[in-house]
Amino acid sequence: MSDYLKLAVLGLVTVFAAMGANYGLDVAYKVHAWIIMAVAGGTFLWQLRRTGEPAVPVPTGEYMDGPVRAAAIATAFWGIVGFLAGVFIAFQLAFPALNFDWAQGYANFGRLRPLHTSAVIFAFGGNALIAASFYIVQRTSAVRMWGGGLSWFVFWGYQLFIVLAATGYLMGSTQGQEYAEPEWYVDLWLTVVWVAFLLVYLGTILKRKEPHIYVANWFLLSFIVTVALLHVVNNLSIPVSIWGSRSVQVFSGVQNAMTQWWYGHNAVGFFLTAGFLGMMYYFIPKQAERPVYSYKLSIIHFWALIFLYIWAGPHHLHYTALPDWASTLGMVFSIILWMPSWGGMINGLMTLQGAWDKLRTDPILRMMVTSLAFYGMSTFEGPMMSIRAVNSLSHYTDWTIGHVHSGALGWNGMITFGMLYYLFPKLWHVKLYSLRAVSWHFWLATVGIVLYAASMWVTGIMEGLMWREVDAQGFLVNSFADTVEAKFPMYVVRGLGGIMFLSGALIMAWNLWMTVRSAGNKPASDLVPAE
Amino acid sequence: MDYEFLRGLSGSIGTVLLVASFAGFVIFAFRPGSKRVHRDSAEIPFRHDDAPARDDAGQEAQ
Repeated sequence: MSDYLKLAVLGLVTVFAAMGANYGLDVAYKVHAWIIMAVAGGTFLWQLRRTGEPAVPVPTGEYMDGPVRAAAIATAFWGIVGFLAGVFIAFQLAFPALNFDWAQGYANFGRLRPLHTSAVIFAFGGNALIAASFYIVQRTSAVRMWGGGLSWFVFWGYQLFIVLAATGYLMGSTQGQEYAEPEWYVDLWLTVVWVAFLLVYLGTILKRKEPHIYVANWFLLSFIVTVALLHVVNNLSIPVSIWGSRSVQVFSGVQNAMTQWWYGHNAVGFFLTAGFLGMMYYFIPKQAERPVYSYKLSIIHFWALIFLYIWAGPHHLHYTALPDWASTLGMVFSIILWMPSWGGMINGLMTLQGAWDKLRTDPILRMMVTSLAFYGMSTFEGPMMSIRAVNSLSHYTDWTIGHVHSGALGWNGMITFGMLYYLFPKLWHVKLYSLRAVSWHFWLATVGIVLYAASMWVTGIMEGLMWREVDAQGFLVNSFADTVEAKFPMYVVRGLGGIMFLSGALIMAWNLWMTVRSAGNKPASDLVPAE
Repeated sequence: MDYEFLRGLSGSIGTVLLVASFAGFVIFAFRPGSKRVHRDSAEIPFRHDDAPARDDAGQEAQ
């Protein structure tokens, strides 16, 4: 019965997308209609061939790791795409000639920048979170994933979201909300996928065999629930036409700005922090082979983070039309956030108590510990930058970019790499191909981040000081172009840091590829083909 | 549920309730006897690494 329902829905979507490809008012919409038509039509045929076939019995005695494997592969793939885009746009800033004339309107900095941010945050980070969620929730609940094929729908649906978002940016389909650029129909699709994600996760937790819900699941569940809330509220918009990609935000002016940064900062707080802390609370104890330092502290860490983070957004809007009390509130809560952040970092680091010697021999553990160090560093830097007086210097400068990258490359990147090095051997039942290559990756990435962050501190503080410099008569000393010129050497150093980080990721991809290949002669009972 | 109502709520009893519930969570984490429970919970990642808990071994998790 449900097979026929699926066929009907897929058929209707295909027909509707075909109409969209014909009636579409703008290029992005038409291209997306073609993509959706191809995907829905292809899925229709795939479903048709399966309909009426005898059902394959579900293996009960094992975990459902297919979607985890797929998401782990996608993490590595999208990571390299995102880092490559980042390196390219870094050099576009250093050498503007790289904004080629023939690619204007498609591959200039303005179009590629959201492609880079979304590729690393949502494609790389999102797939890492999907892999981690599906892996952790099964192991810590001691049951097979709930929902049958629904987790595959989450995985493929999320990839479709990524493709629609990325191609949309290149063609100018954006609603102009930072980190929430995709237009209305892509937002609607992500909502569907996200609800399925929540159902799979909750369903698995509800049928768990462990009486207690392990703390990593609290963090991951809060990430899924909060992102759903943020996504829906910040994307309240009305399409201009059902045949076009343009839409109008429901909020306007300062209300929209506040909603946007409530969303933006909690995307950092719940997507890039809570979700990855869920990873940290599972994979660091596993890799160190000892339980988390203090379970009590992890509970307090969780609740403190949840209670505080949601208020920190207004610190993005100092000296704007936002009322003073609101930006003060954001600032105060950001500073209080120091406590849980450092509590969590200490909890992770102290997990290694009595096993510090492992850092000498285990580059994977070294990566995870370094990620915590960067977590501590960027959660120190962030509250400091949220203080109004500091913000008046740092805001709109490259210091912000440096801060974001020490968090994203150092914390999110390193913990994800550590997770991938842990997961691939586990999921394919082999040993990791080369530990030496992990060491190379570790040093390339670490030195790359240091180059990146250091050059952005220098250039950020420099340009902040140059902007505010006035002479004895009160005139500004520097023009904007003066700061651009002065930043050139730091931009080159930043680009080199990016190249090192990207090279490390390429070494990782090769290492993981060889790891999977070495599993090739084993029985491939439930292996998924690499896309 | 207009702005004034929400503003009043968050400026008074809402804040008190949130702070009180947070304090409650912390106190609950420190309750007597929690140590044994927490030590057991912290071991969860090391129990079912390769396969789900089997139905006939229902109390294995304890």
